[in-house]
Amino acid sequence: MMDLSVIKKYLREYDASDIHIMEVCGSHTAAIRKLGIPSLLSEHIHLISGPGCPVCVTASSYIDKLLQLARAGKCIVTFGDLIRVMGSTSSLSIEKGRGARVEVVYSPFDLVKMAKSEPETTFIFAAIGFETTTPIYALLLEQLLAENINNVQLLTALKTMPPVIEHLCVLGAPINGFLAPGHVSVVTGSDIFLPIAKKYHLPFGVSGFLGDELLTAIYGIVKAKDKGCVMNFYPSVVCAKGNQKAQECVQKYFVKTDAAWRGMGIISDSGLKIREAYSMYDAGSADLMEDKKSNQACRCDEVLMGTIAPTQCPLYKKVCNPLNPQGACMVSSEGSCHAYYTNG
Amino acid sequence: MCVALPGKVIKLNGSDAVIDFNGNQLTAKTGLVEIELGDYCLVHAGCILQKVEADEAKKLAALMEEIEAFT
Amino acid sequence: MSENYVTMAHGSGGLETQKLIDEIFATAFGNKYLSQMEDSTIVDGSHKIALTTDSFVVTPIEFLGGDIGRLCICGTVNDLLMRGATPKYLTCGFIIEEGASIVSLKKIAQSMEATAKEANIFIVAGDTKVVNGKGDIYINTTGVGFIDEKQEELGAKRCEQGDSIIVSGKLGEHHAAILSSRMNIENQIQSDCAPLNHMVMALLREKIQIHAMRDVTRGGLATILKELAVVSQKDFIIGEDSLPVSSTVKDFCGLLGLDPLYMGNEGKMVAVVSKNHAQKALEIIQNSPYGHDAAIIGQVEDGNGKLLMKTSIGGLRNLEVLTGEGLPRIC
Repeated sequence: MMDLSVIKKYLREYDASDIHIMEVCGSHTAAIRKLGIPSLLSEHIHLISGPGCPVCVTASSYIDKLLQLARAGKCIVTFGDLIRVMGSTSSLSIEKGRGARVEVVYSPFDLVKMAKSEPETTFIFAAIGFETTTPIYALLLEQLLAENINNVQLLTALKTMPPVIEHLCVLGAPINGFLAPGHVSVVTGSDIFLPIAKKYHLPFGVSGFLGDELLTAIYGIVKAKDKGCVMNFYPSVVCAKGNQKAQECVQKYFVKTDAAWRGMGIISDSGLKIREAYSMYDAGSADLMEDKKSNQACRCDEVLMGTIAPTQCPLYKKVCNPLNPQGACMVSSEGSCHAYYTNG
Repeated sequence: MCVALPGKVIKLNGSDAVIDFNGNQLTAKTGLVEIELGDYCLVHAGCILQKVEADEAKKLAALMEEIEAFT
Repeated sequence: MSENYVTMAHGSGGLETQKLIDEIFATAFGNKYLSQMEDSTIVDGSHKIALTTDSFVVTPIEFLGGDIGRLCICGTVNDLLMRGATPKYLTCGFIIEEGASIVSLKKIAQSMEATAKEANIFIVAGDTKVVNGKGDIYINTTGVGFIDEKQEELGAKRCEQGDSIIVSGKLGEHHAAILSSRMNIENQIQSDCAPLNHMVMALLREKIQIHAMRDVTRGGLATILKELAVVSQKDFIIGEDSLPVSSTVKDFCGLLGLDPLYMGNEGKMVAVVSKNHAQKALEIIQNSPYGHDAAIIGQVEDGNGKLLMKTSIGGLRNLEVLTGEGLPRIC
């Protein structure tokens, strides 16, 4: 293995043409900021945060639907990230204050116990996420079926990575390489990015989340500029084909669908929905395609595409801040604007 | 996007495994991966996503050699 | 007491209230001040005084390493200490929801008394109210401390370029202990809830040049240091590698996407001391109860209110105050 100090020196002293690398994983965004990685890079290496935070890219109509279910007396079960995200007029956090029941869990499987102990309550899991999390929902559905549990439904907003990456390439976003999402790749396998890498002559580096892993991957991407290749810097858990059992499980319960990305519009075949045969577990996820901007001056769409930095948005740090987010990227700690705001 | 951490399998019980993360123990689903007691594995949202491979250093070294050969 | 649970009758002001106070609170807290049993308590003293008040609403009320009783004493005692005051008197107000267990209430009162003894403070007045609800217990405490007239006032404005920043122990343990039970994660992480009187009194006794002290509670270390930086208009520079965090808390945070820098404690403090006293201050803290893992984590530099951290890989991270609730994050 190469000495990290050599890698750091190279990245600090890099003096060739400017290179823009996009990370499309919110945990990468958070880790990069937490580790202070930008301060270790030459001014010619630019890191851009893409649409990799599932909370941030969830359309406002999805949140509105969730709130509607909450107001109708259903118990909303969610991961912690989602509860502050605004729909068109309210958030789970606000509705909870008004008496709605909202439970935060670490694992969706906690639902099974809750559902069994309160058979008269309907539980709705706010099932958002990328390829990493979808297999978990598939496994949950399997358990609900096996145990004949009928008071749990999923409101899904599940997204897949390759279509949105390709979307950015088609639009001609100024990107020279991708830091490929580590835990998405655990499930999908690193080969999933190969067609796009080849087609657009862009290097993809699959990375872990530690400082040395990220620096090594960035180094690899810089070295491989203009080469259509996929490099796996996270071989401890990522292989070329991924977790096939997980993929099969997802196939069984979910099917491809068009999906709305907050700030980016509808991207065809970029999402997954529950198959018709299991529709009794779907809380009404179809047609949640509308996405209203809460502030017309918000430029989250451009931030997500990497065409502007958060600091270039006229709302940034003025009316838009983590306590009063105007757009998706300021909401979750994984959003680009939030990460810029809190870690400078 | 996806917060996940490697831990060690310390108990197996049907479709559930107890995983230890430096003294934090939680129950995770085994349904997506074949695992054995003592294995290290990656856990996301209460579910095992993958086994952690031990020979990663070798693979990385090979990759770095390839990268150094880029012109 | 024959009943097992608090009922609305215990809040009537009549016989049941009397019984509740006598059998639980007066029994646990008995001292020469409280036994006056008048509308107000008359205490001794003619000092410059420090005053503070705090409310405690933690759930669950009992947790690994403490309970709401110990917590409500420590919180108030530590707030007094942070201004260089010697804790003297404390009052407590209980808001008890009907259905609260009498056994828990007794345990809480005993825990309060034991902690008050440890912190060398008298519980001199109290009040109970019973409200509708589902058995939860809330406590407000107010504390009075005495300050030596000759002692220079401590505060953020006194932080100077070159000062050393010391943290008195491992980060995040109270927050992690509380969240563990809520999130179904099992571990041995104990709340660090503790009174810091021995530590602070020793620093004052040894005439350490302390410029500011803060209790590292809600919001965590980063929030507290950022506030000090903003008020003093200096830059606070800390090193990630010198932060004391246990590997269990580190992984706990890793699982839930949290950051130990923003996790609350209930028995840790930050002291900003002049550089030439830093080593001695560190030794005093390390030799005091609850200070074993103290460390010098950085220094104050001229600047404009930034909090910066040198990360483990040599990067520089800018830190702001905590926003939001510090909720577990999964994606």
